[in-house]
Amino acid sequence: MIEIICSGIGGQGVLVAGMVLADIAMEDGKNVSWYPSYGFEMRGGAANCEVKIGDEELQSPYCYEPDILLTMSESAIDTFEERLKPGGILLVNSSLVSEDRTYRDDIKVIRVPATELANELENPRGTNIIMLGALAGASDLYDVDHVRAGMEHYFGKKGKNNPKNIAAFDSGAKSAMAQI
Amino acid sequence: MAKVLMKGNEALAESCLRAGCRFFSGYPITPQTEILEYLCWRMDEVGGDCVQTESELAGVNMLLGAAAGGMRALTTTAGPGFSLKQEGISYLCGSDLPAVIVDVQRIGCALGDIFMGQGDYWQLTRGGGHGDYRTIVLAPESVQESVDLAYGAFDLAEKYRHPVLIATDATIGQMIEPVELPPMQEHDVDTYDWALKPREEGEPQRAIWNRYWDWEDGGRKYPAYCLEKYNAMEANEQRWECVQTEDAEIVMVAYGTSARVAKSAIAIARKEGIRLGLIRPITLWPYPKKAFDELEAGGKVKAILDVERNILGQMKDDIILATGNRIPVEFYGEYWDNMNEFKIVEYVKEMLGRY
Amino acid sequence: MNFRIPKDIDMNQQASWCPGCGHGIICRVITEAVQELGVSNKVLTVDDVACGQFGQFAMKYNTVMGAHGRTIVTAAGLKHARPDCLVIARPGDGSAYSIGIESTLYSAIRNDNILAIVINNSVFGMTGGQMSPASLPGMKTATSPFGRDEKKNGSMLDITKILANTDMAYLARGAVNTPANTEKTKKMIKKALQKQMNGEGFCLIDVLSMCPTNWKMSEIDACEYVKTTQSKYLPLGEFIDRGGDK
Repeated sequence: MIEIICSGIGGQGVLVAGMVLADIAMEDGKNVSWYPSYGFEMRGGAANCEVKIGDEELQSPYCYEPDILLTMSESAIDTFEERLKPGGILLVNSSLVSEDRTYRDDIKVIRVPATELANELENPRGTNIIMLGALAGASDLYDVDHVRAGMEHYFGKKGKNNPKNIAAFDSGAKSAMAQI
Repeated sequence: MAKVLMKGNEALAESCLRAGCRFFSGYPITPQTEILEYLCWRMDEVGGDCVQTESELAGVNMLLGAAAGGMRALTTTAGPGFSLKQEGISYLCGSDLPAVIVDVQRIGCALGDIFMGQGDYWQLTRGGGHGDYRTIVLAPESVQESVDLAYGAFDLAEKYRHPVLIATDATIGQMIEPVELPPMQEHDVDTYDWALKPREEGEPQRAIWNRYWDWEDGGRKYPAYCLEKYNAMEANEQRWECVQTEDAEIVMVAYGTSARVAKSAIAIARKEGIRLGLIRPITLWPYPKKAFDELEAGGKVKAILDVERNILGQMKDDIILATGNRIPVEFYGEYWDNMNEFKIVEYVKEMLGRY
Repeated sequence: MNFRIPKDIDMNQQASWCPGCGHGIICRVITEAVQELGVSNKVLTVDDVACGQFGQFAMKYNTVMGAHGRTIVTAAGLKHARPDCLVIARPGDGSAYSIGIESTLYSAIRNDNILAIVINNSVFGMTGGQMSPASLPGMKTATSPFGRDEKKNGSMLDITKILANTDMAYLARGAVNTPANTEKTKKMIKKALQKQMNGEGFCLIDVLSMCPTNWKMSEIDACEYVKTTQSKYLPLGEFIDRGGDK
């Protein structure tokens, strides 16, 4: 079973990043649950989703020992870092997090300047896709090409394929792979 | 049919449509609102009616009118709104009208809060409205089970001419899981003879009202009729799931999302050699007493742990009634935090020291 | 004027209204209007909890009883199930203007294609003559024993003023205290049913109706009271009449 939490600020697309992973899991014939924060959350407020993926029947939808934590804001790290499984991967949007922040020493921290990369690519709303690429690049639970194809399939189903997504995804994956 | 990823609330709404429901009336309330939002566009596609009513009261009473006319009718709400629906549910029961009412549970009294909770067990199972009545209460634990139970709920309601309640919760409602949707059905408003239509000349008058007025003896037979109906539901409709109860020393009882976390707790406990099991009521009423009879006959259980997302352990009374107070029952609850399988296992370890 | 009992009046069941009550006259004019339009086989009624519920026994129409105050919204629901039928809700003034005012307002706002005939006797009848929203200024009731005091009890509710600015199809006030008024009320009902057949929307007819028991006067004095007092505060007439069949 894989547990992933995607967390950031409403409007950054963390829920979508989680949905892409959930869709890939379903298309692979796995069991999956995706549970979002909801209600008070709004653009500018905290937002997160908990994704569980497994070959076996899934039980609790809550993630207490995530394998991967995809964060897009400093407060997301504050909230979820302690839950991360020892040896787990913490993906950090380093554009928005102070450089001298310290992290647990029993986890792998991958720093991706997602906001800067998105601006360079003239795709300011693509930070979540960059982080998704970074997740695929950083974790040996995922194959980069498989996730890229799954992402295209997901947006294709929704009729929302943005040609800039591939470049964003690849820049995130490249940035992460350079760090492992 | 291929599976699709759907949010619990939307999947439940779609399933109701596919069961032939063509009328919805309801009011926005978190964490239920996606059902209303979904049906506001989806009903148009299938030729049904979705009305955002001025209040919860209007929602349930407009549903009563549509149900009286023979439609498969749905209203949905969350805790505070369900309190307001109770009058209408009493009327549905007193008038022998089938309908489906969904409560996507949240937490707490008064405003409480919009987050995940199981705050409504008492008002769901006790018949919070006036008079003597009970309602079948179906409690799914997943998006797929929400779909499956909702799809059958209208048949069940019509079988007994009685409203059926579905108790989901914020987690199941907000969660997305892959689901397989059932085929689309249409429901003819004239399927049942009781459905209200204009009187043809020469026909006797039909009325949908206090059912006891229908008896020529002035309703003296009504109590027996009621008892027979509720006894039949109790005899025939108890549903539950047992998980590793055969050898369990401690048996948890949990429904909905709490049951899923309890299942995760079993996996952890069993790895540590703790014989932990679960009874998951799928009907909150009629309460699955038969499951407890089997448990007692097995003779291995030392104590029962009621696991719920609320403060007082609302289901505990029913467990005590179901076991005749012969097995100790404890309660483990969470209010602010999501139910946590690791904490449950720690509690179970403490329990084992006591029994 | 018709002196035959309308065919949709049920002579076999007992409607237990007090002598001099207006309810029975209103049931009669409903059945006459329906008979004259030839639509007996299209009518469904929705009854209220209170004196109005006896209408189920007075008329032969198939019917559903809503919760007190929810007669109109229940009728709106029934119309969804039976769009080809003529749906008539029959609440009283206590129900339609007090506990059920939101249902009344919202059927007007949504312009639900139903007819509400509100039997307005300016009191809660069945519970023993308490003040209703339509109790008149100075009117003595069980809960305004010294007369309705607007400072203490709020002002009298005239539904025609409240609904005047909605887009509803038809809004009128009739009375059944005299044969002439009763005939006019019947015409209003016929017009409203025609509008429902045309799909024009929400029609509400407020019908001033005698309650000698709770007004504590003779049957004849009660008819006179409608003329001299009730209809002075709650004037008769048509207030909204939009489009459609003219």
